[in-house]
This record gives sequence, C-alpha cells and structure tokens, in this order.
Amino acid sequence: MADTPTSEPRKVFAPWLDPNQKPLVRFENVTKKYGDYTAVDNLTIDIFEREFFALLGPSGCGKTTLLRMLAGFEQPTSGRILMNGEDISKIPPNKRPINMMFQSYALFPHMTVAQNIGFGLKQEGKSKAEIDKRVDEMLKLVQLEPFAKRKPHQLSGGQRQRVALARSLAKSPKLLLLDEPLGALDKKLREKTQFELMSLQENLGLTFMIVTHDQEEAMTVSSRIAVMDKGIMVQVDTPAEIYEAPNSRYVADFIGDVNFMEVEVLRHEGAQIIVKSATLNEFKLETDSDLKDGEKVWLAIRPEKFIVSKEKPSDDQNMVQGKVWDIAYSGDTSTYHVRLEDGTTLKAQMANRRRVRNRDITWEDPVWVAWSYRAAVPLRN
Amino acid sequence: MNHSFNWGRFWLISIPFIWLLVFFLLPFIIVVKMSLSDMANAMPPYVPTLDLTQGWSSLMEYLKQLDFENYSFLMDDELYVLSYLSSLKIALISTFLTLLVGYPLAYGMAKMPEKWRPILLMMVILPFWTSFLIRVYSWIGILKGDGLLNSTLMALGLINEPLVIMNTTTAVYIGIVYSYLPFLVLPLYATLEKIDHSLLEAAADLGASPMKAFWQITFPMSLPGVVAGAFLVFIPAMGEFVIPDLLGGSETLMIGKTLWEEFFGNRDWPLASAVAVALLLLLVIPILFFQRMQEKQQEANS
Repeated sequence: MADTPTSEPRKVFAPWLDPNQKPLVRFENVTKKYGDYTAVDNLTIDIFEREFFALLGPSGCGKTTLLRMLAGFEQPTSGRILMNGEDISKIPPNKRPINMMFQSYALFPHMTVAQNIGFGLKQEGKSKAEIDKRVDEMLKLVQLEPFAKRKPHQLSGGQRQRVALARSLAKSPKLLLLDEPLGALDKKLREKTQFELMSLQENLGLTFMIVTHDQEEAMTVSSRIAVMDKGIMVQVDTPAEIYEAPNSRYVADFIGDVNFMEVEVLRHEGAQIIVKSATLNEFKLETDSDLKDGEKVWLAIRPEKFIVSKEKPSDDQNMVQGKVWDIAYSGDTSTYHVRLEDGTTLKAQMANRRRVRNRDITWEDPVWVAWSYRAAVPLRN
Repeated sequence: MNHSFNWGRFWLISIPFIWLLVFFLLPFIIVVKMSLSDMANAMPPYVPTLDLTQGWSSLMEYLKQLDFENYSFLMDDELYVLSYLSSLKIALISTFLTLLVGYPLAYGMAKMPEKWRPILLMMVILPFWTSFLIRVYSWIGILKGDGLLNSTLMALGLINEPLVIMNTTTAVYIGIVYSYLPFLVLPLYATLEKIDHSLLEAAADLGASPMKAFWQITFPMSLPGVVAGAFLVFIPAMGEFVIPDLLGGSETLMIGKTLWEEFFGNRDWPLASAVAVALLLLLVIPILFFQRMQEKQQEANS
C-alpha cells in the first residue's frame, strides 16, 4: 500500500467534476429495506460512462444489494434508478442493457464453454454464424480457445472466472457489474486479472461497476471508490483521495493501515496549527481543513509516513520517543511497533532498502519516530 | 497404508448380501427351476421333483427332464406377448401421465419459501401411512357408477349420465398415477431444489425470459431427477397386479394379472414361473439403462 495508486500516469479522467456531463447511471434517493433491516439508506450517486466504479465495504454494508438492484434482481423500496435519464426500476432483468459477472460465476453446468458464452446472444435470436463469430472473439479475448468444447466442471477456477467474464461481455453491455469477481482466485492470479480487467475496460470503452471487500483490489482497478457502511456511502472519491484524504475515521481505518491520535487544537501560528495530545507533546500540523482553537480532533497518520531512527531527527518535523516493541518483517517492508512513553503503540512502516543484517534497529531499541507537518490528516468524528 | 483385511467392513457389507441371497436369489433359482418343469396333477403341481437322497445320478436324471417348453409356449400363444406389450404400453403412458402431474408439483414445491417445504414434503409422503391396498380399494368408492365422483358431478349438474370409469383402463391409469406419484415427485424435487438460483438470475441477466430460462436451464438440469423418477414409476407399473385387478376390467390386459391367472386359476405353476422369469429379464434392460444413467450422473458431479 506504500505506493500511491495509478490515477497519475493516465490522462485526467474525472467526469464527476464536470457539471455538463450526463451520468450513465443515477441512483436517486434509493432505499432498500428487508423488513426492519435497511440495506441501502437513501442513497444518491451518479456513475459516468467509462468509469471503473468500486463499491467497497464490509459484508452487509449494502454494496451487493446496490448491484442487484441495478441488475434488476431486487426492487428499491423507494427512490429511482435512472439509466441515461430513464427510470429502469420497472424493467425486468432480461430487458436491461446491463450484464453481470456473478460471484459464484453461475456458469451453466450442462453447457459447454462456447454455449455458456453464446447464451446471451442466443436469447437475442442472433444467427448461429453470428453467435459463433462472437464466441470465437470472446474466447480469444480471454485466451480460452482450446477449451471451447469443455464443460465448466472440467476447468480450473481461473478458467471458470474467464468464462464468466467472457459470457458477461459477449453482449457488449453498456454497463458491466462485477460482484466480487476475483474472490476465488489466489493472490498472484488475482493481481494479474485485475490488470487484465483494467486494460479490457479501457480498450473496450466500457463502464464497470465492481463490488469488493478487498481494499487493495478497489485501489488498483477503480477510477472512483465508494466506501460503504450500513447502507450509506461514507466517502466517494478517487483511490488517491480516499487514501490520502479520508473524510472519517471509518474510511481511514478501512483503507490500509492507520495510526490514530486524539489531540486538542491549541492555536494557529501562520500556516501551522499547534495541537496537543493529552499524554504526549505538542505537534505542528499543516492542513487544508479548517480547525478551530479548542476543538478536539483525531490525527490519522499512515504507517509509511513515519520515519524511525536511532538518532534524533532534524527539528523541522514532529517527533516522539519510544521503544521498539515488535518488528513485523514482510520482505519489501518492515513494520515497527513502537511503544511510546504514554503506553500507546505506533505502527511505522519502513521500506527495506538495505539487507536485513545491515539494519541497526532491533527489539527493545530506544528510537525516534518522526513525521512531517503535512503527514497527519485531522479527522472530526 | 494399512492393507490388512477389514473384517468390520466385510461383515457390514455381507449382511445385506446374505439377506438378498436368502430372500431373493434362492427363491429366484427355485422359480427358474420351476419354470423349466412340467405341470402335473400332483402336490406340488409340477414334475420332476428333486430327490437328493438318491445321490449324483438322480440329480443328473432330474436335470435331463428339465426343458424350455414353457418358454416356447410363451412365444406361441399370443396372449402372453399381448400381455407384455399391453403392460409396456400402460406402464409407459402412466409414467408419462405421472410426469405430467408430478413435474409441476415438484417444481412448485422447490420454488416455495423454505419454511413451507418440509410440510409439503410431508404431505407427499403422508399417503404411505395407509396401506397401499386400502388406498387402491378406496378408488373404487370414488370411481364406480354411483361413486363419489359421479354423484358429485351429477349433483352439480355437469353430467346427466354417470361416467364409466370403473373397470376400464382409464381407472388403471388413475390408480397408477395416484399410487406412484410420490416415487416420481421425491427424486425430482430433490434435483430441482439443488439447482442454484443464481443460474436463473444469470439466464435472466443474459436476456432469457422466465419461460426460456426454464426450458434452457431448469428443465435440462432436472433431467436426472426426471429419469430417476420415471424409472421408479415405470418398473413397478410394468408388473403391477393389484391396481389392474381392482380397478381394471376384463379388457385390461397386464402381465401381472395373466401371471396370477396362470398360477391360481390354472394352477400351472411352471408356466406362471416362466412368465415371471421373462418379465424379470425384460425389466433388467431398463434397470441396467437406469444404472448407467446414474453412474454417468455421478461422474459428471464429481
């Protein structure tokens, strides 16, 4: 998670910032209730063409319900779902220009790979030649040409996932919904497939909406992430904004690792704000958010923003002293758990630029933990 | 790996095998033996009889007297061929009718909310709590000229003359469909219930109307259940005796009835045995076919 995600090298794509852009899909005050339980709570959001939109949240947060309402398997209790400005709430799933890739893949077990992929085209009444041509294209796209005649149970998990993807793309839907599409794959294959999905989405110029509980996956693939909790979208933003400027403790905590520190705002000194922790020193803070003197806020600091050293760092940053309590070595990085004077523990992550045996910080060592004035994000509750 | 002989497993498996040996294979050998004998006015009513006290030579003498005369007679007299064919026809038609009634029933049950299913399943099994014979008997009360059905329809003014159903093949069909319905519904329900609902959602998502989704997904996937259920109706219906005897008339020709006639009416035990053995051989073909289907199904599932 140390690297900032990929939005930088691409051309700036941000239709949600342009007031003239018409959304492809609009949820308008959508609420879905199951008895007393509210799965989706008065939700309004626009999703634009060519977006790769991720719904991220723990299980039960309403993300799958949102997707299923879009596919037409569930009806909103109240509110409207618009596609290109037209209310689609009353249109049955088989008439919507939306296709879905199911979490379980839902491949038809009694049909071959080719029949599975061609199923949607067959329903449209396309001729056999047309279907065969398109199926061949799709097989080539997902590199499954040799497996056309196999049944799903004769394929590996990764191959099934490709068949499911090919089947959902065969009709060139305006909008493709992906429900935890990579959940069943191992880490390597998952990462590979994530990049394939991204290039596919870009090359075909499609709009993807993905449901996932894997924050790394959401960060990697999406143009925007909606972090959901208990039926509402807590924050909707680009991966970089979500990571670097979370709007709440929930979002900061859900995406990546984070340290929280409760502080009181003492005073403003020019561009800097002086805050004080109840049990530690005073710290300096440079931020765009507008804080009032006397206010209590939480500082959120990502582990990789810390610098751990045995020598006292330079004066132009915040610092605390502590003892190395534990070291979690994970190859590329090491995470130091530093116990501070007040008994709290900070997690600090450092890239392992040098070999382990050359590094000098070890258990029980007294160390300094430093961070720049801009590293901490102040969060109100 | 422990390759020593597992006695516990051996005994566990041997119990049903010994049971089948004593109560199926041995009686069947006796029936085969009887079918090769000749009718006689004696007790038992056939010759030759085996007397093992005389040793090896008498056994050889006995075997020499056995012949296939009864089997060739089955082919000569068209009554038997007609009985077989008629049984086959009645079994096939009633299997089809049972399917026609049973499929919607099983489908409806599988689509019901989960909490209702055990109750519905119970209602399918409930008739088994009453004797089969009594249940078939009570159909007489419903179907006969002044029975429940006719008096109800006439009281409603729907018919003026009583319908003649009792003692016809129609009554036999009704009896078979009624009696064997649970044997079709239960395996079919088990298959339908297992079909993953997300497959139908996927079909709808890809543009299939509910009707198309049924014929392209649900029905082909339920075929193993259809086949299992159909055989469980077809095989016993083929040799059915009680239903045609109680509900059918003289026109209803079925092999079970013919067999009964030969055995008790004509006291021709050898010929009746030959009829029974021939019926069993004819049924072995569909049973083997059924087993092949089941094996293929299991392979596909593994």
